Amino acid sequence: MAKIQANRIPVRSQDPAERVKNFEEVSYGYNTEEAVLEAARCIQCKNPRCVAGCPVSIQIPQFIKAIVEGNMESAATIIAADSSLPAVCGRVCPQEVQCEGACIMGIKHEPISIGKLERYVADWAKENQFSTSEKVPSNGKKVAVVGSGPAGLACATDLARAGCDVTVFEALHKPGGVLVYGIPEFRLPKEDVVEYEIGQLQKMGVTIETNVVVGRTVTVDQLFEEGFHAVFIGSGAGLPKFLNIPGENLNGVVSANEFLTRSNLMAAYDPESETPIYVGRKVVVVGGGNVAMDAARTALRLGAEVVVAYRRTEKEMPARIEEVHHAKEEGVVFQLLTNPTAVLGNERGWVTGLQCVQMELGEPDESGRRRPVEIPDSTFDISCDVVIIALGTDSNPLIGRTTPGLEMNRYNGIVADENGVTSREGVFAGGDVVTGAATVILAMGAGRKAAKSILEFLKIGIL
Amino acid sequence: MYDILKKRFLAPDICLMEVLAPRIASSAKPGQFLIVRVSEVGERIPLTICDYNPLAGSVTIVTQQVGASSRRICALEEGDAFVDFAGPLGVPSAFIHEEDEALKQKKYLFIAGGLGTAPVYPQVKYLHEKGAHVEVIIGAKTKDLVIMEEEMRQVAKEVYVCTDDGSYGFKGLVTEKMKELLDAGHTYDQAVAIGPMIMMKFVTLSAKEYDLPLTVSLNTLMVDGTGMCGACRVTVGGQTKFACVDGPEFDAYQVNFDEAMRRQGMYKTQEADADHKCRIGLKNG
Ligand SMILES: Cc1cc2nc3c(=O)[nH]c(=O)nc-3n(C[C@H](O)[C@H](O)[C@H](O)COP(=O)(O)OP(=O)(O)OC[C@H]3O[C@@H](n4cnc5c(N)ncnc54)[C@H](O)[C@@H]3O)c2cc1C
Ligand code: SF4
Ligand code: FES
Repeated sequence: MAKIQANRIPVRSQDPAERVKNFEEVSYGYNTEEAVLEAARCIQCKNPRCVAGCPVSIQIPQFIKAIVEGNMESAATIIAADSSLPAVCGRVCPQEVQCEGACIMGIKHEPISIGKLERYVADWAKENQFSTSEKVPSNGKKVAVVGSGPAGLACATDLARAGCDVTVFEALHKPGGVLVYGIPEFRLPKEDVVEYEIGQLQKMGVTIETNVVVGRTVTVDQLFEEGFHAVFIGSGAGLPKFLNIPGENLNGVVSANEFLTRSNLMAAYDPESETPIYVGRKVVVVGGGNVAMDAARTALRLGAEVVVAYRRTEKEMPARIEEVHHAKEEGVVFQLLTNPTAVLGNERGWVTGLQCVQMELGEPDESGRRRPVEIPDSTFDISCDVVIIALGTDSNPLIGRTTPGLEMNRYNGIVADENGVTSREGVFAGGDVVTGAATVILAMGAGRKAAKSILEFLKIGIL
Repeated sequence: MYDILKKRFLAPDICLMEVLAPRIASSAKPGQFLIVRVSEVGERIPLTICDYNPLAGSVTIVTQQVGASSRRICALEEGDAFVDFAGPLGVPSAFIHEEDEALKQKKYLFIAGGLGTAPVYPQVKYLHEKGAHVEVIIGAKTKDLVIMEEEMRQVAKEVYVCTDDGSYGFKGLVTEKMKELLDAGHTYDQAVAIGPMIMMKFVTLSAKEYDLPLTVSLNTLMVDGTGMCGACRVTVGGQTKFACVDGPEFDAYQVNFDEAMRRQGMYKTQEADADHKCRIGLKNG
């Protein structure tokens, strides 16, 4: 057996000093030579822990082996069997707590860079126009997919592969869900990755109707009247939470969703765009997840000085490790164990600062993370002119409220079992709208499971 | 793409357009709005729905050119198209849930300021068709800016026009006309005011003196219009609400107008004009 290579092949990325001035992708990914070297590090476990760590059980050692053998088509085919958005997942999955976190190599050495290898294969497939998507003859069944985020796209892909006539209804003017309005260009290139994936879907014959707000423009019942045989709901969890502290409606306080939507969906960073964005000189981002990192790094690129205020420590931050690392490299300042208590403003109603208290970690809570508790008399102010709130999101109650018989949970989400089956016959759901804000891979997995249930419901044999 | 079927100017700076949008035409209800984009680099611009025709599949909008974005809308011609036209958005007016029999017994007063006349029209039309008694006060700066008077007269029992400069109708503000009517003994079960935020604020203060139930429709800043961003948040009854999904109509007495007006100015240029022209849409300086 070959000698163990303890360390990863490093991945090239844009220089931090340069990249804070642009919105181009930070990580360049592996080239073929690097990918093959990294793939060769995999020891091809008999009982691969990585696969158990992957939410959709991609046959990881098999595709890695195909890379080593130089058979990229085979690698792409193996991944496509379990994932419909590999170019996206390779870039945004929290691999350190999934496949890579479980990889046996990680016990003594560095785990295999599975995410970067997945991205390499997906990018290779695109560059070489190797496509696993083609139009199949229609089976005569019409399915409506509501929402075009990862859940909706994955569900639509599998249904189209089985020959269903699929229409995706999207409320916004561009399909992609969080992939287009939330995650920034420098982490997930829109044209090269997201639009390409959506183009593949259209090639398979899927129709995408934008500007349709289901529940308003048309109801789920009306979709059935229009002749759809089943409806999948993947409307995500897009309703931003606020802190409910004094001063939160001052001018200069925005949700991360607003800030990122202006910058990403509306391309406000581009001088051509007519949508305004306000960054001020100093920004405080409240939160510690991917959304907070994305908002912080976007504000940085728009020229502001940025502080992230998070109420626990770095260890508890839910953001991907790579994003925290990149944010630090770029100059984002982390103010940890810090909990905001009020937004401060001037007489004209604009933000002048954020009042906070210092926290310390106490007993673990139900999530297993140590609960932050306030240190008495530790109030202090951070001066700033913009506060971005990145505290997470809830589901939009619109579809639930306008669909009789569809059971909702107390967070306004839709109740569905693990196969995406809801309380209403013919209506299926999956992704963030069912689980609350989670991850791209889980949403994609849920979309695929629901597609399977829909095919069973429509009595169509699975290909 | 959403084709512009008809276009005409109602006043020098105010244009009306009929746009082909069959889905919206058949689902729109009084009180709702929509969001349009003029080009691929365009903003998402919220507009009120002025009329809708499910048979023709058309929706009527009225735009006043005040800022860069509204100018782009008014520059479009018949045969051109909007790249995006999304809606109907927001909660429909509360009265659509009332029984026809109940509506027949009711008296409504609408107070429309300037461009606010456009969204008032479908509400008055709906109530008229249900047999309610409706009176409308239309206010404008000057005679040229009075819009849709004829259409309104077709569906309202009474239409009172006020101009600031007295060039047409009653000389004075809508609040003065409203007080005059109430002082003369007119009674109403419900009033609805739609217009510039400052007008709605003063109508609210006046109506309060008479304990007149009042609804207002808030034209806040918006981005998505689907509840996703919070740009449209307002304080109503001490609680934060999103105008696009919880509104746009709210009980006037619960609204914090001063905050709402301040928030409207968040993206205005520093030299924004003082006469409260809506210039949302300009790049921040
Ligand atoms: C800024 C940000 C960064 C993130 N970073 C990561 C990351 O690095 N890694 C990761 O794994 N996850 C990340 N996530 C989470 C991940 O993006 C989501 O978990 C995932 O997108 C959920 O997919 P979905 O399909 O369920 O919903 P969404 O992606 O939210 O898509 C839902 C779609 O439905 C549409 N919709 C809603 N209501 C209606 C309606 N009534 N009618 C029609 N359409 C409707 C919405 O407009 C939207 O396009 C991030 C999220 C955000 C906001
Ligand atoms: S656990 Fe790691 S070493 Fe083992 S097969 Fe998976 S990637 Fe390869
Ligand atoms: S406009 Fe974005 S939430 Fe209302």
